[in-house]
Amino acid sequence: MAANYEYEEASGHYDDQAAALRQQEVGYDPNFVPDSVKSFVVHLYRHIREKNVYEIHQMYETSFQTLSERLFKDTPWPSVDAVAHYVDNDHVFCLLYREMWFRHLYARLSPTLKQRIDSWDNYCSLFQVVLHGVVNMQLPNQWLWDMVDEFVYQFQSFCQYRAKMKNKTEQEIALLRQFDQAWNVYGVLNFLQALVEKSAIIQILEQEKQGLEQFTATDGYDYSGGSNVLKVLGYFSMIGLLRVHCLLGDYHTGLKCLQPIDISQQGVYTSVIGSHIATIYHYGFASLMLRRYVDGIREFNKILLYIYKTKQYHQKSPQYEQILKKNEQMYALLAICLSFCPQMKLVDEAVNAQLREKYGEKMGKLQRYDDEGYGDKLSRRQRYADEAFGIYDELFSYACPKFITPSAPSFDEPLVNYNQDAYRLQLKLFLSEVRQQELLVGARTFLKVYSTISLGKLANYLDVDESTLRMTLMTYKHKTHAVDSDGKIISNADVDFYIDDDMIRVVNSKPVKRYGDFFLRQIVKLEGVINDVDRIKVESAN
Amino acid sequence: MGREIEPQKSQQQVSYTVEQLVAVNPYNPDILPDLENYVNEQVASQTYSLDANLCLLRLYQFEPERLSTQIVARILVKALMAMPAPDFSLCLFLIPERVQMEQPFKTLIVLSHYLETGGFRLFWDEAAKSRHIVDAVPGFEQAIQAYAVHVLSLTYQKVPRSVLAEAINIEGLSLDKFLEQRVADRGWVIEKGQGGGQVIALPKTEFNHPELKKNSGDAVPLDHVTRIFPILS
Repeated sequence: MAANYEYEEASGHYDDQAAALRQQEVGYDPNFVPDSVKSFVVHLYRHIREKNVYEIHQMYETSFQTLSERLFKDTPWPSVDAVAHYVDNDHVFCLLYREMWFRHLYARLSPTLKQRIDSWDNYCSLFQVVLHGVVNMQLPNQWLWDMVDEFVYQFQSFCQYRAKMKNKTEQEIALLRQFDQAWNVYGVLNFLQALVEKSAIIQILEQEKQGLEQFTATDGYDYSGGSNVLKVLGYFSMIGLLRVHCLLGDYHTGLKCLQPIDISQQGVYTSVIGSHIATIYHYGFASLMLRRYVDGIREFNKILLYIYKTKQYHQKSPQYEQILKKNEQMYALLAICLSFCPQMKLVDEAVNAQLREKYGEKMGKLQRYDDEGYGDKLSRRQRYADEAFGIYDELFSYACPKFITPSAPSFDEPLVNYNQDAYRLQLKLFLSEVRQQELLVGARTFLKVYSTISLGKLANYLDVDESTLRMTLMTYKHKTHAVDSDGKIISNADVDFYIDDDMIRVVNSKPVKRYGDFFLRQIVKLEGVINDVDRIKVESAN
Repeated sequence: MGREIEPQKSQQQVSYTVEQLVAVNPYNPDILPDLENYVNEQVASQTYSLDANLCLLRLYQFEPERLSTQIVARILVKALMAMPAPDFSLCLFLIPERVQMEQPFKTLIVLSHYLETGGFRLFWDEAAKSRHIVDAVPGFEQAIQAYAVHVLSLTYQKVPRSVLAEAINIEGLSLDKFLEQRVADRGWVIEKGQGGGQVIALPKTEFNHPELKKNSGDAVPLDHVTRIFPILS
């Protein structure tokens, strides 16, 4: 198996002792509160009480980052106990502060096991408060997304940490046994599910389609004096569930959880770049594993084009690196989808150019078949197939989610690291699909150049007997006719054929020019120009 | 001792409740026994529910000690019967590697591979060797035959009799009877082939008759047209 790129996080991240040591070393005093921090919490608290979403967003997105960069580069923020009295010991504010505190810790430092458990407790308290409907705040969507995103991330991180049993100390094992509810998979899934249900977000989205509700139109914000927190957390939790199910390998259910969100349109999920990317990345990956390649290509194409056009505006944002990383991963996934389903017409020119630049050479190798007919072609073909196999392994390993094993280890058995098990299984199954599709490369090569060819002749070119060829052609048909979400059969073949007794007749589908859409776009554009011209006339009359 | 067979009605009531459970409360270890019973029910009544079975496989993933090899094997056989849908793969994604390396899963994976790659002859041979696995689920043979016919219909306008026979594992007089039925209710036509043998003309679909493919390339959805209504008025 090829080396798994960046699959292992920096080894220091999961070592509990090293983490604790590092925090001590830097001379962190949890009770010291610099003036700028005091000012920060006082103002943030006031803005939240006054429901000033704009100011909250500024402080959350900018001030917090600036202070972290300046004062807390490699230490945690002051402890919540130290700042509580500046904010009337407000219970909810303290929960929010702690959530940010832990998020900062995970990002800049390594959490100890105790800290991981405390963070879980904090999320429990925070979500309980929200679920009981006693929260009366309006928070920016960015913050609410970050909460859900971080919640799932810390769960993933915990599973990875827990699965590395080999070097665990007695202390750690005792803690793990004692706090077996922390980051328990049932707990995580049930919280997300509860947020979805309690917020009634699915019904809200349904009713919105009939014009009976306002949600997307207000970006989820509540302009009638209420709170957006439960509704928007419920909304983002659907994406959270998609993500968790992908981490577990249950792609079908993941997509089901996302179903209430219409990704062919803008929505609250596009209001935050992080949520937009997370949604499409997981949707696309799940589609790939479900062999719905056209769905994957279509969505990857849309978002890669969007990132291409807008990434310059996010250069200063703390999410920039993540955006770039996911961008690269999605290009890799797109390359895989297109290799299984060569439909270049689905890809925008700008995206195609980027794809060629990043993976042009590799993609060429994935479809390489020796049809030269001289020398030892059989071993050459095998070499090309093996090379392609290696490239699929590399691309998948680079771009896949960090799969997890959700079950707790048996503490009685010898301690081993099993954190790679989940990834290895998904990779293995993906590669067995690759092996099956490998058989089609040869057939595809020849079908592209013939309009009619007898089975006997084609079998000869491929160096197989007729019976094997029949199998290959049936495989081609089966693999290029996917079953969509409604159970219908859809052809995604670029080159298609049918067999008439012993003759193969090839059908080339010509790309269709979309005149209808073109005219519609031009009509709207012209109307806009005419309106502009009209305005000019009016002004000059003064 | 007279124990009455449960009437059809209450069986339906149980499955209604299980589907509800899966929809409303899926992340709950207590429903595991219900889901296992539901698998057995699917087998007995020749019904199928992917969602419920995935839910069970997930619970097994969360609590590996409770995994029942027999139940998982049944789920996989049912999934095979759902082909061409990729349900078998979807189930495998949730079953630990070390379990997949044991029997009967090794055999089931081989069977799936044959079906995925059009290797029907190999499939029927292997299935014959593993009767205990496949006979446990009623309707298995018919489901695979339906899948075979599906793939043949995608691929052939006219398929030689021998190819059909191999794919559905029916020969001689039984095949004659099978063909008679299909001619009567599905519009199949038996003709004479190039080599002198029989050739079966399968019903025309957009997949084996490209001229029938609806050219939806230029269709414009209604809600796109509504965008220009304000302009047109």
